[in-house]
Amino acid sequence: MDLNYSPEETAFRDDARGWLDQNLPADLRDKVLNYKELAKDDLERWHKILAKKGWVAPDWPTEWGGTGWNVVQRYIFEEECGYAGTPPLVAFGLRMCAPVLLRFGTDAQKQRFLPKIYGGEEFWCQGYSEPGSGSDLASLKTRAARENGHYVVTGQKIWTTLAHYADWIFCLVRTDAKTDKRQDGISFLLIDMKTPGITVRPIYLMDGGHEVNEVFFDEVKVPAENLVHEEGKGWTVAKYLLGHERMGTGRIGVSKRELVRLKEVAAAARKDGKSLLDDPRFRDRLSRVEVELMALEITNLRFLDQLRRGNKPPGAEVSLLKIKGTEIQQSLTELMMQAAGPFAQAFRPVETDPGFDRFTAALAPRYCNLRKATIYAGSNEIQRNIISKLTLGL
Amino acid sequence: MNFELSDEQTLLAETIKRFVATHYNFDTRAKIMASPGGFSTDVWAAIAEMGLLGLPFAEVHGGFGGSTVDVMLVMEAIGEGLLVEPYLATVGLGGRFIARAGSKAQQERILPALIEGKHTLAFAHTEPGARYDLRQVGLKARRQGEGWVLDGDKAMVLHGGSADTLVVSARTAGGDTDAAGITLFLVSRTAPSVTVKESRTIDNLRTADIRFSGVRVGPDALLGREGEGYPLIEEVVDYATALVCAEAVGAIRYANEATLEYLKTRRQFGVPIGSFQALQHRMVEMMISYEQARSMAYLACVKIDSAEAAERRHVISAAKIKIADACRHVSQESVQLHGGMGMTEELKVSHTFRRLTMLAQTFGDAEHHLERFAATDTVSHG
Repeated sequence: MDLNYSPEETAFRDDARGWLDQNLPADLRDKVLNYKELAKDDLERWHKILAKKGWVAPDWPTEWGGTGWNVVQRYIFEEECGYAGTPPLVAFGLRMCAPVLLRFGTDAQKQRFLPKIYGGEEFWCQGYSEPGSGSDLASLKTRAARENGHYVVTGQKIWTTLAHYADWIFCLVRTDAKTDKRQDGISFLLIDMKTPGITVRPIYLMDGGHEVNEVFFDEVKVPAENLVHEEGKGWTVAKYLLGHERMGTGRIGVSKRELVRLKEVAAAARKDGKSLLDDPRFRDRLSRVEVELMALEITNLRFLDQLRRGNKPPGAEVSLLKIKGTEIQQSLTELMMQAAGPFAQAFRPVETDPGFDRFTAALAPRYCNLRKATIYAGSNEIQRNIISKLTLGL
Repeated sequence: MNFELSDEQTLLAETIKRFVATHYNFDTRAKIMASPGGFSTDVWAAIAEMGLLGLPFAEVHGGFGGSTVDVMLVMEAIGEGLLVEPYLATVGLGGRFIARAGSKAQQERILPALIEGKHTLAFAHTEPGARYDLRQVGLKARRQGEGWVLDGDKAMVLHGGSADTLVVSARTAGGDTDAAGITLFLVSRTAPSVTVKESRTIDNLRTADIRFSGVRVGPDALLGREGEGYPLIEEVVDYATALVCAEAVGAIRYANEATLEYLKTRRQFGVPIGSFQALQHRMVEMMISYEQARSMAYLACVKIDSAEAAERRHVISAAKIKIADACRHVSQESVQLHGGMGMTEELKVSHTFRRLTMLAQTFGDAEHHLERFAATDTVSHG
């Protein structure tokens, strides 16, 4: 057992760190580190820089542009990106649609979509949740009727992240409402967002930002060749995708960076003439989060090591990475806001106001925004259900 | 980066597990706890026979020169089986002191006998009122002729009542809470003017309050250098803390397995109680505590062998914070989920509860280590 990186792994990390240092544009880094809103152009610019380098989709097969890195190298790169403060790579195309196409897609579908996902030429979003189908996803009602080589889609999706940027949406739709098991009537469709009948309506969240949307489908005609896998087998695809996406939701690199920043903020804040970082009540809360993060990093590496050795693929217990990772992210935003104290109360203050800066002003909105983390991608309660059923056998 | 156990380590882990399963069941353990010595000499001999006592010590003394990860595997099994034998006191504390700082003569006298199971040790350090402050040593040692005379009291000495040799910390210079001026001595438990009052801990281990009333020792009793005992004490206690983390992981694993089994078999309202989501999610949180604690125990045991002192202190305290929190969480939940049965003397879960409660405190509770963790922080990125 050796928890230190090998000389090769350290060299790999140093290479990645050096490259990021040279190639991450300063304005993007500044936006990320100071919690400024990232425009579509910002996200695409970073995507294209990585694509040009050949590092945008490390886990894809090499013939489609994957790097051939092992799981540990992939983890190291992700952590370095998080630590450097890169904009996020939007997962819907690279890490959700693409793995599905690689596993279930036809050759034509792969040829049509994968290169454009890789190059960042087409922006994807995910059409899963519906107003009546959140955690209970299989109850979804958006229907798709097959007519003359098309599916006609009518219904509504909700919480659709970045739908207002998206060129394409992958959707779970109901193609058969009469099956005994409701999972059996679901299909997986790829839909061009420019198709007539699609309306995107923004949902503003409590932080004042616009990330998520409602997407309405009114008799939207989708070519039948955009069906992925077989009709009625969409649930199989959805489950595969869930299993695929669970690794790497811990966002450990980002949290490590946030932790360092939190210590800087707390060290600069004064309480009774002393640094807030030296206040035991504050410090103990911070330390407990830090320790959880240290533990989560090792836990994550242990699971990756199992994957690499291939003798025991991680089971549903990797849901704990999502549970712990998101709890840590939320705790960090909460402590950050607490460290700013009364200054965190200002909502988008006038920049010329004394005592305010853009960073501080972003803390409370960020705290509000990050409440989403324990809700999205399968709420943490759903994750506990998964562990309970699949790992513990309850 | 690699978490794989070697073939030897896997074999080692299986051997101990099998031994505990076949020779240390609940009834056997109850008899051992009730025996006058408080542990089984037969079990101790078997542990020696399996080579477990020699695991971390040099081959020249009859040991195997193993790593802390090797010892970690033993400690996990000890935790799982709730063994009451003095492995931590003898191998993790006393033996470690001698291996790290003993003279050639001291090592030759004690280590081979220790490894054969014929010599046990204890660390007589904690004094009344010291809590977890390792620097607080009021027991005085003054020079007399070639040797020394020891006067003072030690409290809660783990397995102090049965140890052949005591590693005793004494004040030879400075004030009672100074780091400098602490000196270590090897003292026979049966030496004249050593008075031992043994008691039982809540988790059925034995401790002793020991009074040293003008105890004379020769110059060969000095362990390490005069006045420079503190860094050694801190280092050895950090080592023992890593082992305690591993022991806790074993005990937590047992508590979780027993609780999960209970959820699947105990029926109420016509169904297994594990079908209730209120209990399922609590069980999941226990499992997460276990995985997180296990990760920190690994980190602690690996870093003991590779880290510089500053990093070692920081990591060991981090591990103990997590372990202490996990001990409390899992022990309390395991009793709650067992209902009234979890309260009973006849169920191993209540014994695991007590051991975990003690392990949470051993060498410092979470609050103690939170303070040390903050004090040893250097903000850096690996």
